[in-house]
Amino acid sequence: MDRPITLLVLQILFLSSVAVGGFITTVPELHRFVVDVHGWLNDGTFVALFALAQAAPGPNMIVVTLVGWEIAGATGAALATAAACLPTLVIAYTVSRFWSRYNNVGWYRTFERGVAPFAVGLILATGVILTDGAADDWKSYALTGSTIAFMLFSRRSPLIPLAIAAAAGLVGFV
Amino acid sequence: MSTEAEEGEVISALPNRATPLELFIGFASIAVVGFGGVMPWVRWLLVEKRGWCTEDEFINLFALSNFLPGGNVVNIAVLIGSRLGGFGGSVAALAGLVAPPAIIVCLVGGLYRSFGHLPAAQSMIHAAAASAAGLIVAMGIRMVYPMRKSPRALAVVAIVLVASVGFRVPLVWMLCLILPASLAAAHWTRK
Repeated sequence: MDRPITLLVLQILFLSSVAVGGFITTVPELHRFVVDVHGWLNDGTFVALFALAQAAPGPNMIVVTLVGWEIAGATGAALATAAACLPTLVIAYTVSRFWSRYNNVGWYRTFERGVAPFAVGLILATGVILTDGAADDWKSYALTGSTIAFMLFSRRSPLIPLAIAAAAGLVGFV
Repeated sequence: MSTEAEEGEVISALPNRATPLELFIGFASIAVVGFGGVMPWVRWLLVEKRGWCTEDEFINLFALSNFLPGGNVVNIAVLIGSRLGGFGGSVAALAGLVAPPAIIVCLVGGLYRSFGHLPAAQSMIHAAAASAAGLIVAMGIRMVYPMRKSPRALAVVAIVLVASVGFRVPLVWMLCLILPASLAAAHWTRK
């Protein structure tokens, strides 16, 4: 096993062990690690992989599968995916053994109130970093902006703006 | 998000058990159709289609899954798998949720590598990426909105955003410094 995939697997194991607020909150760190620190992928590729993962069905952690593939092929994809699942399996399974005790305790509310803004800050950071990587002229900013507007003012499927944007790209809008 | 749960007894009112195969098939079937998020489908599968848990139990599951690290859908799969089928159930539910989409995304990625260099594909991906970024921004804005009356929460959001985007502070530092500060602030304030 070569070095980048080992480092990537260790990083993903760490990230998914600390991903409070969902795996999405680790995207800024994954981006920093893969693009800024190691330069395995460039900004544009990372953002494109993220878009592919968003457009494909399934949980959004699946972006690590593609990052793993870019770095070490099919083995990389399998290892990265397994690394993202393993901590969740261990932690959630352990907690499920003590489930009933966790439902109503007071510190749970405090924890929730403290973690929520932290997680939301990271989600917004993810959005800004991805916009920064994806949008480079007024047209792509317009696509980002209209997607935001669509999602804020409509409860319809995220697939709609994604598909419209892809179609706009296909006919040469950006 | 969460409602006050009744005392822990809901757990013993477990509707039934499920085999690992049933769990695998159940989660695989919703994972492959879950475009743009699997959570609504998970609720439908657990509560309506299979009766694996009640609506109240689902809300508890959802709250608990947000509190655990990792994707909340992934956490729900492990939690419900464990309850209905023990450790094997957890593994089966998780595998069902993750493996089929992972294979699909690799196929999509393969198409991208084969045709991604074509100008039309390039601009399609470029446009989709700009839109995908917008999806995340919108999700963040929607999640900030309920916090608008809490200066504490807004301050934490702003600090994390600036630290992450402006200074590219590694996550580990934010977890060690900002998160405990946020928890302390939540403990000592009402809003």
